[in-house]
Amino acid sequence: MAVPTYATPLERVWHYAYLVICGLIFFFLIAPIVVIIPLSFNAEPYFTFTDKMRSFDPDGYSMRWYRSLLTFGMQNPDASGWAFWSDAWANAKWVQAAKNSIIIGVASTIVATVLGTLAALGLSRPEMPFRRAIMAILISPMIVPLIITATGMFFFYSNPCELLGIVGLPTNCGRLAGTYLGVILAHATLGIPFVIITVTATLVGFDQSLNRAAASLGANPRTTFFRVTMPLILPGVISGALFAFVTSFDEVVAVLFIAGPDQQTIPRQMWNGIREQISPAILAVATLLVIFSIALLTTVELLRRRSERIRGVTPH
Amino acid sequence: MKTTLILSTALAGMAFAAAAQEVNVVSWGGAYEVSQVEAYNKPFTAQTGIKANMIAADDPATPLKAQVEAGNVTGDVFDLAMADAIRLCDEGALMEFDPADLPAGADGTPAAEDFVDGSLTDCAVGNIVWGTVIGYDKSKFQGEAPSTVADFFDTAKFPGKRGLPKSPKRTLYLALIADGVPADQIYDTLATPEGVDRAFAKLDTIKGDVIWWEAGAQPMQLLADGEVVMTTVYNGRIFDAMVGEGKPFDVIWDGQYLEINAFVVPKDAPHPEEAVEYVKFATGTQPLADQAKYIAYGPTRKSSAPLVGTYKDGTTEMAPHMPTQPEHLETAVMDDPEFWADHDAELTDRFTSWLAGS
Amino acid sequence: MANALDPHAAITTTASGLTDGALRTADGKPLARALARSQSLARRRAFLLVLPLLAFILITFVIPIGQMLQRSFYNDGFSANMPQISAWFAENPRGTEPDEAAWAALAADLTASAEARTIGVVGTRINYDVPGTRSLFTSTGRQVRRGIEPPYQAALTEINQDWASPRLWSAMREASTPMTANFYLAAVDRKRAEDGSIQQVEPRQQVYVMLFMRTFWLSLLITGITFVLGFPIAHLLATLPMRKSNLLMILVLLPFWTSLLVRTTSWMVLLQQQGVINDILVWLGVIGGGQRLQMIYNQTGTIIAMTHILLPFMILPLYSVMRTINPSYVRAARSLGATSWTAFRRVYFPQTLPGLGAGALLVFILAVGYYITPALVGGSSGQLISNMIAMHMTDTLNWSMAAALAALLLAAVLLLYWVYDRMVGIDNLKLG
Repeated sequence: MAVPTYATPLERVWHYAYLVICGLIFFFLIAPIVVIIPLSFNAEPYFTFTDKMRSFDPDGYSMRWYRSLLTFGMQNPDASGWAFWSDAWANAKWVQAAKNSIIIGVASTIVATVLGTLAALGLSRPEMPFRRAIMAILISPMIVPLIITATGMFFFYSNPCELLGIVGLPTNCGRLAGTYLGVILAHATLGIPFVIITVTATLVGFDQSLNRAAASLGANPRTTFFRVTMPLILPGVISGALFAFVTSFDEVVAVLFIAGPDQQTIPRQMWNGIREQISPAILAVATLLVIFSIALLTTVELLRRRSERIRGVTPH
Repeated sequence: MKTTLILSTALAGMAFAAAAQEVNVVSWGGAYEVSQVEAYNKPFTAQTGIKANMIAADDPATPLKAQVEAGNVTGDVFDLAMADAIRLCDEGALMEFDPADLPAGADGTPAAEDFVDGSLTDCAVGNIVWGTVIGYDKSKFQGEAPSTVADFFDTAKFPGKRGLPKSPKRTLYLALIADGVPADQIYDTLATPEGVDRAFAKLDTIKGDVIWWEAGAQPMQLLADGEVVMTTVYNGRIFDAMVGEGKPFDVIWDGQYLEINAFVVPKDAPHPEEAVEYVKFATGTQPLADQAKYIAYGPTRKSSAPLVGTYKDGTTEMAPHMPTQPEHLETAVMDDPEFWADHDAELTDRFTSWLAGS
Repeated sequence: MANALDPHAAITTTASGLTDGALRTADGKPLARALARSQSLARRRAFLLVLPLLAFILITFVIPIGQMLQRSFYNDGFSANMPQISAWFAENPRGTEPDEAAWAALAADLTASAEARTIGVVGTRINYDVPGTRSLFTSTGRQVRRGIEPPYQAALTEINQDWASPRLWSAMREASTPMTANFYLAAVDRKRAEDGSIQQVEPRQQVYVMLFMRTFWLSLLITGITFVLGFPIAHLLATLPMRKSNLLMILVLLPFWTSLLVRTTSWMVLLQQQGVINDILVWLGVIGGGQRLQMIYNQTGTIIAMTHILLPFMILPLYSVMRTINPSYVRAARSLGATSWTAFRRVYFPQTLPGLGAGALLVFILAVGYYITPALVGGSSGQLISNMIAMHMTDTLNWSMAAALAALLLAAVLLLYWVYDRMVGIDNLKLG
């Protein structure tokens, strides 16, 4: 964006001032995320750059907080070799949290993606009745404040069959709160709007005549779906799935309300850590999560470009 | 749908499989949790093979009440302040303990006589005696250091932010003491509307200077980060910061608030047998004494007292740091569990709206 | 695969189906009916694709919220545990002085409730309406369990004088039916007086209206700040060549993809008194070591952290609208003699309004319901209404109150959602 040749001197000054302002805003956006990375290697238990860190003295840096992520909760952190790692795998709190986050994240993503993609296909058909109203309901988990969703789920998941009493059925069928299934269903609910949004967006550019062409060439609906539709909308489905996964991976309010002691996830563990003691160990987790989100962001961007290329949509 | 079904069945199975031979202990987190893991959980698991999971809460009574009311109890053993234990026992939420079932002291004293007064109730087995005290950062006061509760409220003489817990129970007494009410008349005063008004009026004088904390580890964090210069804190936590981490902090024992904590087991606990076994083990003479090796809380068994020696560093004598040390008891306020069982809800209401109003 | 139900097959075959004047399909059915059938089949198919998800959302989301909101007007904590006195209230209209039968019913209920250990629940229910009465119920319960003799009025008032209070009786009457509007009244700082009229609560208890106002005001402020910060960025990204703007876009998307808790932690590290920003200010000599700024655990902390977290939600819709604005309009305005400011104000800015509307509404909707960030960095002055809902859920266990506050917040959010749908269309929601 160059300054036009007809610009007055004042406009030139303003133009450069504008660039500086933009630079500052970018700095505001990114600095808080970047600053925690070096601090997580702090050799001291402080949140600021020590003198040694500023003079790039290797003594000012250490991996001790990363190590403490592993040892926290272990039975015998001083063991070595196999005993150390098997202890970490079985007992370290952050390792358990990571396992839970992945189990819950993957399962809820599968539920959200399968149901969400099917629904998006239906919603994109021109014949879909009550399209707008249904869309509004399906997107609402993203809009309704999480605390309201979580409290609603807290009661419902404690006794999911309570309402069956109205039609005279037994009202006690166990509970979902405090189980993996409960947290997975809750996270799937929260991830669904993202799948719907990304997949319907992909389907906007989808040429329905491709399906008809396939049908006219003798493909049955199943073949048409898997051989024609699916490959074209796949990038949208995958980025929707990634959104759903991140939603689950980052979610703490529903976990606070409905998860039991066995379903402590990484965000839940962070919530404890932040409220109790923000030792640089939390910054070490944060750094790992930032690296994780960079990887996800890259994947989504590559998918978006690929999708635009194969659908022939020019980037907007 | 089919995948979902298979998946959910598999996961439900997993959740079920994980339910075997473990006990979920809900406690207060931080340094206190560490002491319990070392003194109770590790030897317990070694002896019985039952895995003990620690779950941190700001105050375990809060999740327990919610879990009981929602019919969704996930913890097995809860570490509660005695007032909450009595209240929940009154409401029929807790399992009862017969003192005869508890192991006798190491010296052979039956449990019923071995526990200090007030630490064994219908549903609760005491584990520690602890105090809420004022801690301050020595480096922030060059001249005279604060030494009384009144100094805590004197922001002109000792400028700087104060830390207080977001609960009426461990806040109102402090305001009354600072306002000149003797320690033994705190509850008589708090039982009257005028007394409550008086406490809030005193709190009003420093409201703008207070940072409120919720979890027990927060006040030490606030003090270490320089967010506050003085804060109330559980005495074991500041001991951990001073002795364990070598922070330049000191304790004001004046007007300490003395309480007993106890283990309880909710009636609907998912692992009731393991839970009872855990409580019996953890409140034995040796584990209670070991606990005091890691944090400065007094054991509730008389037979444990002689076994308390030095801190885990091997040199620091624990006795001067204990809340039960005679000279620390001179101006101490004793907890009145019955008063709080009755008044906690309404004082919390008042406290909350006072806090939210600006 | 020429299928009679396929609309295309139907249309291509009608040309040969002209026999009796009406259009017919190849196999002789009237075209209008065949079309209608195929239409309704297509509708049904489309609907069947959506149905599993719709059912899923209804069960895991809509019903739970509805069930929770029911608590805001339904609370049987008193009526279920105090059946006799509730029956007395049902028989005797408001204004009736409690007679000995009423006192006897009360005493019997108190005894039964104390035995069943539900007296705490009963006291808690009345305590919501008359603060300070829970202990009256629990302590009286403890005494009547030891035995109580008629006349009951004298016996109960002897235990505690407060039993004669008209305010208490009025509250018990209110609670004797499970349906109540009192929690909604309380949520707007109102209460029912002894005569049943509605009045304001005492000034020291007026917190909810203030909290709602604060929530809306802070959300508005944050929306404003995100607009001021987001507009130049979106404009820059929209006018730069694609390659450069894609690169810079990463700086916007990275925070968007980074965990909320990570970003909140970062701000705690940056803003605290011994934190990076204060250190830099002291190092630069802007402030002395003793005057470190208090930027966290108050409203400032909430505003800064939430602005950072919500900024991408403003930039992305603005950017996608600005991308479509043709730069020749501004050039035309300039060539017609407009100053750059006039050209911006009269030509460029109006075209960005759809994006601005979308971004502002989205940021506002999300801000109004925020919970985690204010809870961690807000101190007491930076708490929003969501934090109050959470507190009633987990600390005071006044679930009816939490539900009433949630209902009001939900109503506000759904209204905004409806406006958003009208103005922007939910289909136009874009992510990344």
